[in-house]
Amino acid sequence: MAYLPQVLFIVVLLLGIGYFVTNVKKLARNIKLGKNIVVDDHKSQRLTNMFKIAFGQTKMVVRPVSGFLHAIVYVGFIIINIEVLEIIIDGIFGTHRIGLSVLPESVYGFLIGTFEVLAVLVLVAVFIFWLRRNVIKLKRFLSAEMTGWPKNDANIILYIEVVLMCLFLTMNATDTAFQNLNSGNIVSQFLAPLFEGLSENTLHGIERVAWWLHIVGILAFLNYLYFSKHLHILLAFPNTYYGKLRPKGQLPNNETVTNEVKLMMDPSADPFAAPTGEADAAVPDKFGASDVMDLNWVQLLNAYTCTECGRCTSECPANQTGKKLSPRKIMMDTRDRLEEVGKNIDANKGTFVPDGKQLLGDYITHEELWACTTCNACVQACPVSIDPLSIIMDMRQYLVMEQSAAPSDLNTMMGNIENNGAPWPFNQQDRLNWSNES
Amino acid sequence: MNTTIQVPTMASLFAEGKQPEVLFWVGCAGSFDDRAKKITKAFVKILNKAQVSFAVLGTEESCTGDPAKRAGNEFLFQMQAATNIEVLNGYEVKKIVTTCPHCFNTLKNEYPNLGGSYEVMHHTQFLKALLDEGRITMEGGQFKGKRITFHDPCYLGRANDVYEAPRDLIRKLDAELVEMKSCKSRGLCCGAGGAQMFKEAEKGDKEVNIERTEQAIEVQPDIIAAGCPFCNTMMTDGVKGKEKESTIAVMDIAELIANADDF
Repeated sequence: MAYLPQVLFIVVLLLGIGYFVTNVKKLARNIKLGKNIVVDDHKSQRLTNMFKIAFGQTKMVVRPVSGFLHAIVYVGFIIINIEVLEIIIDGIFGTHRIGLSVLPESVYGFLIGTFEVLAVLVLVAVFIFWLRRNVIKLKRFLSAEMTGWPKNDANIILYIEVVLMCLFLTMNATDTAFQNLNSGNIVSQFLAPLFEGLSENTLHGIERVAWWLHIVGILAFLNYLYFSKHLHILLAFPNTYYGKLRPKGQLPNNETVTNEVKLMMDPSADPFAAPTGEADAAVPDKFGASDVMDLNWVQLLNAYTCTECGRCTSECPANQTGKKLSPRKIMMDTRDRLEEVGKNIDANKGTFVPDGKQLLGDYITHEELWACTTCNACVQACPVSIDPLSIIMDMRQYLVMEQSAAPSDLNTMMGNIENNGAPWPFNQQDRLNWSNES
Repeated sequence: MNTTIQVPTMASLFAEGKQPEVLFWVGCAGSFDDRAKKITKAFVKILNKAQVSFAVLGTEESCTGDPAKRAGNEFLFQMQAATNIEVLNGYEVKKIVTTCPHCFNTLKNEYPNLGGSYEVMHHTQFLKALLDEGRITMEGGQFKGKRITFHDPCYLGRANDVYEAPRDLIRKLDAELVEMKSCKSRGLCCGAGGAQMFKEAEKGDKEVNIERTEQAIEVQPDIIAAGCPFCNTMMTDGVKGKEKESTIAVMDIAELIANADDF
């Protein structure tokens, strides 16, 4: 019976990690539903970006208040993980505060003291975050796409963080041996008096309950990630690594079209010739994107990484002037549709059975797509290198090249370019007239 | 600006066996839009005065295809690009300057993939270089002490990280450069990019150019400086919409320099 807690702990740990791994595999499978593109260039530049943007949070501090608060929670999260390591070792081996037997008392005290201070700072930051969302009601948290689950999700995360931090402090406050050491109990010494008068056994019981709830809570939170915008704490790293390096104004080149154009421009080409090379044989099934499978895997990774912070949307000129477009919604829609496709595949033993729905139309409307000015404000604003514009452009390409569904004014413009070499109906021969007009 | 301007074409120089230092890519707006033509002429006036050897393609120039690509018509874009690249490569063009950030972006970033690699400069970068090399000099003159705010074109700023060249030129006019609430990498679009210029805007509370004009008016400028013919049109419309055209002028950087008293 003496080993029961350890056995129980190992079972809980394995279950927690096992379920997480299952979901991560599903996540990877879903992302790979996207078109394969090779991203193996500029490795050092990519690493630098990941280090600066994801690890160093350089784009978070563009908005100093949320940037600073986010940094506290982020640093707290990273550093308190050292404490989780101790908990796991204690849990598996049935030890108690293994750190104390490995580290000098002063070092251990310093570490735990730091964690306690961070825990309080995280509580403060989380409280302000909660106020911003629920009392101050910042505009960017109130958009149409931020009702229901996205709103609850954000609050649930804050509540979980409060619970975890409080459990950590309680655990320390009720550990009489630790309090007697009087090293590192910077915060918990003030909580300890709350438990005065309780018997040694009760105190120990509370300590154990807090300890267990803390680690179970962490495992639960780990598994909550997959269902939540909080996935960004993991995906921000690969996402910033694979993020766009080209100048923002450079839209990708469609190679298939290039081959077609070359063929058309080549006077010696025989338009009726049977396809010869591999390039000719590889005719794409469609231009642009109407569903998630037409997007590439980086775009799908983008969708899973999105934190729904809305910095993109609040910078978007179309959104600022009341138009329906919200770059955040584009990312959320892509993720929702991808999840739906993933569930469809799970339900149908590994193959996707058409469900009569697609990303375009059922999730993202034409009106949203045509409101975009391609100004790149959303791309610039994203703290984790997401590119909503690339999805918008791929879907516009589908609308125009597959469905000829451009707004009529744009058809006129394109007709003019085709016929006159200018978007307006002027004769190309008049192109130099300005030089001799007074 | 009644002085006659000299505008050599690539074809005429080629016939004389000459190669200009730089090709001036005029762009569709610069060629056909009445407001933008003034910018084109102002820039040529500066080129003439600085004795820059340049040429234009004239009737051999065609739309870069930017609005087609942004509207989703990749095929039309690449047809335009292929035609233009054939002409540019035919004249062995190495260096291009343009007053339109959309042409600038497309020529600089999207043509290389299709076989057209050139050194491409926006006219504000080019003018800054001329200034640094001492090939032009300018002092404020009539712009001395004037409050000028610069509207960053998305395709120059965010798209290509060019923020300082136009600002350096404005400062050189001894003008007071004032920044709008949204500027540089957080600049607000004029509303014309991504082929929006050629269509009705989607329904909303207001037009983007009005929002941007309101931001500009907030800093009480004498002049809103622009570096893009489309931004120029949008901001001019915005200023008219706010009935401020008698107090606020919308001018391209090239016009500011060409009109500086002692230029």
